[in-house]
Amino acid sequence: MPTFADRLSSATRSKLAAIQGYFALAGRAIGFIFVRPFYTQDFIQQMDEIGVKSLGIVLLTGFFTGMVLALQSSVQLQAFGISSLVGRLVAGSMIRELGPVLAGLMVAGRVGSGIAAQLGSMRVTEQIDALNTLGTDPIKKLVTPRVLAALVMLPLLTIINDFVGILGGNLISSVMIGIPSSQYWRTVWEQIASDGFVFRFIPNDFVQGLVKPFVFGGIISITACYFGLNTTGGTEGVGQATTRTVVLSSILILVVDYFLTQILLTVLAP
Amino acid sequence: MSDDERTRTEKRAADRRHEGRRIAERTEDATRAAIREELEEREPVLQPRDEGKPVIELQQVSLAFDQPILEDVSFIARKGETICVVGESGTGKSTILKLILRLLVPDRGQVNVFGQDITHLTFVEALEVRQQMGMVFQGAALFDSMSVFENIAYPLREHTDLDDDDIEQRVREKLEFVDLEPDRVMDQLPSELSGGMRKRVGIARGMADNPQIMLYDEPTSGLDPLTTGTITLLILKLQRELGVTSVVVSHDIRSVFRMATKVAVLHDRHIGFFGTPEEMAASDDKYLRDFLGGY
Repeated sequence: MPTFADRLSSATRSKLAAIQGYFALAGRAIGFIFVRPFYTQDFIQQMDEIGVKSLGIVLLTGFFTGMVLALQSSVQLQAFGISSLVGRLVAGSMIRELGPVLAGLMVAGRVGSGIAAQLGSMRVTEQIDALNTLGTDPIKKLVTPRVLAALVMLPLLTIINDFVGILGGNLISSVMIGIPSSQYWRTVWEQIASDGFVFRFIPNDFVQGLVKPFVFGGIISITACYFGLNTTGGTEGVGQATTRTVVLSSILILVVDYFLTQILLTVLAP
Repeated sequence: MSDDERTRTEKRAADRRHEGRRIAERTEDATRAAIREELEEREPVLQPRDEGKPVIELQQVSLAFDQPILEDVSFIARKGETICVVGESGTGKSTILKLILRLLVPDRGQVNVFGQDITHLTFVEALEVRQQMGMVFQGAALFDSMSVFENIAYPLREHTDLDDDDIEQRVREKLEFVDLEPDRVMDQLPSELSGGMRKRVGIARGMADNPQIMLYDEPTSGLDPLTTGTITLLILKLQRELGVTSVVVSHDIRSVFRMATKVAVLHDRHIGFFGTPEEMAASDDKYLRDFLGGY
């Protein structure tokens, strides 16, 4: 009969091994980016899968988020008589926070679950073993293209998300609050310029807004591949892998977002 | 209950026991007859020559995960032999194949392939050794996002510099070898094939790169008796025509007796018996007799 201490120590050990496995996977997947053979076709296919096919939900969420931001902030700003500054608020929150985080969460739900389910069913039907026996490293063939595609596509999706969000804010502020578009876009630019520049021409807001989705892309793809490749227990295991992927990557996005903001604010401080 | 009734109940129970024994005996007789039949029909396939070069060699291999799975398992597969590993379900038969492929590394002991100890190879070196082997998985494990053609072409694309025409020719050749019409199946997806066809495509993919070793994991499980027969013949054909060395994991005793040059019985984590099918059928060992009788 194992004692409580035994069980605790074995549970801790398996958790530590899992964390080690996670980072080992990340290291190997990224290391393989620079090693031949390059699976270019898989990479292009994954960019389509992760990026292009996520465009719809990202456009939709971005647009509505921008609209609701404008609506909410106009009420607050009206109280101080400065509702003309809606553009600043919408642009600031979209570019720095909501754009990256929302794009990340949407992609985690849509793409992360898909990757985990696909790799998970490949694992339980022995297709991963088949790759291995046919002399292909599954990490190189399956994980690297997905990680690379996510690293490239998430910042792009975020830029689109930011833009349609600001556009949504524009619509609401001109139709419902009565701020002319020209004034709205001027305040948007004021916001972007107000936080300073890196190398005198890249706005700090853009740096913040693009480093984050890059990191989130890595988190989503590696989490999904990790749970997918380590699936055990048949179809039920595939379901578990999918759920775990979405839960863990969503949590990691929100937690890492906080610390990343803290670091970026310090580094980018004027 | 009267005495009369009691004796009648007892008599009925005794009758039933007797009937049960008779059925068991009859089943056993039928199995033995079937095995005898297989042995008589069997053509002497490349009889094991002990002087043949060892291709696969397991030396006192032990492996444990949470519990011990294999202990001191040793056997030799010489060139051109077909070794069938049989045993009850869950006794680590498939683990032996994974050890030969070096998907797993034993805790103790050595696995030699072509005289080279593969237990200490790096990951990349192991990939090279695996290219000499073709593996047929239990569920065929075809890549379901690729067509039949792409599946079979996969090892060729990965490891050879054949151009597209040569690859197509090779794929057609392999499909014909496994008795499938290339023009009919090449563009189909694995999900559109029947179980038996998927197994054949799996065999075609395993042999695409002309490996010297073929490994089969339960090649006939889940197939109807007829398809089982054709798959068994296909494995024999590979051995006879191409001289490959094979390890087959199976619990289909009939097909094992048809194709094995040697049988390894895995029992209680050890190899309980290793010898020709004839020796196995003649054995007096209690476990072997039970094992054969159970089929």
